[in-house]
Amino acid sequence: MIGEGLHSTNQSKHSYVQDHVEVGFFTDPTVCIGCKACEVACKEWNQVPDDGFTWTGNSYDNTGHLGASTWRHVMFLEQDRAKGNQVAGPMSLDQDPFRWIFLSDVCKHCEEAGCLEACPTGSIVRTEVGSVLVQNDVCNGCGYCVVSCPFGVIDRRPSPLPDAGGAFKCTFCYDRQKSGLVPACAKVCPTESIVFGRLDDLRAKASQRVQQLQQSGYNDAQLYDPTDTSVRGIHAFFLILGEPEAYGLPPKPQVPTIYLKSAWTAAFATAIASIIATLVAFAFSS
Amino acid sequence: MDAPASEKRLEQLREKAWQEGVVPGRGVDVVGGPIPRKPGYYGEPVVKPPVWTWEIPLYFFFGGIAGMSAVIALAAILFHHVDVARAAMWLAAISGAILSPILLILDLGRPHLFLNMLRVFKHRSAMSMGAWILTAFGTCAVPGLIALELHAHQILPGTLDQLLSLAAGLFIFGSAIFGTLLATYTGVLIGATAIPAWFLHRTLLPIHFGTAGLGSAAAVLELLGYRIAALNFLGFYAAAVESALLIWLSVDRHGVADRAIHEHGSGWLIRIGEVLNGPLALILRFFGLVPLAAISFLIGALVSRFGWIAVGKVSGCDPESVFAAER
Repeated sequence: MIGEGLHSTNQSKHSYVQDHVEVGFFTDPTVCIGCKACEVACKEWNQVPDDGFTWTGNSYDNTGHLGASTWRHVMFLEQDRAKGNQVAGPMSLDQDPFRWIFLSDVCKHCEEAGCLEACPTGSIVRTEVGSVLVQNDVCNGCGYCVVSCPFGVIDRRPSPLPDAGGAFKCTFCYDRQKSGLVPACAKVCPTESIVFGRLDDLRAKASQRVQQLQQSGYNDAQLYDPTDTSVRGIHAFFLILGEPEAYGLPPKPQVPTIYLKSAWTAAFATAIASIIATLVAFAFSS
Repeated sequence: MDAPASEKRLEQLREKAWQEGVVPGRGVDVVGGPIPRKPGYYGEPVVKPPVWTWEIPLYFFFGGIAGMSAVIALAAILFHHVDVARAAMWLAAISGAILSPILLILDLGRPHLFLNMLRVFKHRSAMSMGAWILTAFGTCAVPGLIALELHAHQILPGTLDQLLSLAAGLFIFGSAIFGTLLATYTGVLIGATAIPAWFLHRTLLPIHFGTAGLGSAAAVLELLGYRIAALNFLGFYAAAVESALLIWLSVDRHGVADRAIHEHGSGWLIRIGEVLNGPLALILRFFGLVPLAAISFLIGALVSRFGWIAVGKVSGCDPESVFAAER
């Protein structure tokens, strides 16, 4: 967290993987400066290929969205709302309010993960630290996880990029964590907008931070952690100002397995109806 | 103080944009900018559209034919239409044990790893269940066909031939059971996803795919020359169910959340497909134009499979659909 300096969980060695401790990311846009160091650190450590050099025109965001080759994505929101109680320069609060929000988006590592449930090869697994990991050498690129993620995170990497054909997303730097290192994005974040740590600690810190911001006039500060939906909470959660929709985050994400019961019921009913219809057809025409 | 000329120009653009809704070309979507704001985060998709290409809708088509052909084969055997049963089993084996696996493997990002599909058995993954259903279907349909053909040609002597006919019966029974699942699970596959236009119609999809499979199997057999009353009845049944589904789809609307079904090219594919395999096939069959009805049904079944994948792509790219479906 801010102000903790060298004592921050972002800077210390750990043994979460060995101790089977659930970990998470807490991302706080109010201290993010939009430097995109997390994007760069992620790409460098994980050797993620480029995701295109296109000018989107969407503020300073030329990354676009999370995908097979984009595991961290800094969003740039320009909103006509006040910056809490802050008064910058000669502007007063009621005059032309404007705020710029930066938020580093990442795989949510859901408690009930759609991709993990959907994967038919067992390539996607849950790790000791509670993160969701794609085992690249097992994935055969069926693409079912892509449509099963309620957050639109995972995607299949197109040719001719390296390792094309497989599904990719944030690994939570599982390789680093095994060696007691902090994920690259959190390690490099200069303002500790991205905090890595124990999930329980982070949740407590996050709700503290929300309270603190609301006292400072950010009335629309809230935690984005859908614990009340079938996703049952996420391990990489966010503090957001305003509605989740503005960040392209689904307001009530659901894990698609909740739709299985009604769909299979319809399938079985159709199966039985087809057998009966066919038997009737042949019985009466014979 | 007067605003500088550039500000005035910006003001003009802003007015034009609000009046006409769009400004041509790319532009900066920011607060106070000249372009009306896009929904969500700069209109970026919230969920990912399917990466599947033409192989998957074609697989849905052939998988449906294969699975329901086996059901027809079973009924034909039970009621002594051996020639129809043989043709149906050939159809089941060719489209279910050859075409379907080839199409599925072609669509994989890494086709050489296709056997990893059988690494695990996950009942909560429709894709995993589908891989096992297809495997079980192929395992029954191919021996079923071989046993049936050997029995039909009376190649083996007495008792062995009786054993063979027993084996054929068992394998064809297995093919029929797994066949009904093969034809319907594809609806579950796309119904249990995060794509709004798909999961909102998760009960309709298996009914549509299964019934389209049954009608298509009957239609192919009719076009192969097996013009019997039973297949004509199945043609009526499938076209009637599909007509009912067309009505269901036009009544059960979810506004913005499933607009991909009613708007865009994807909406047209669904409509054309449903009209061809629903009302049109029904009318043609009513007037006794059986081959035309069969062709109409087959084209409709194929087009609507492509339509549903197109719907997934449009719906998955539409952030407003996701928000509307969840709110």
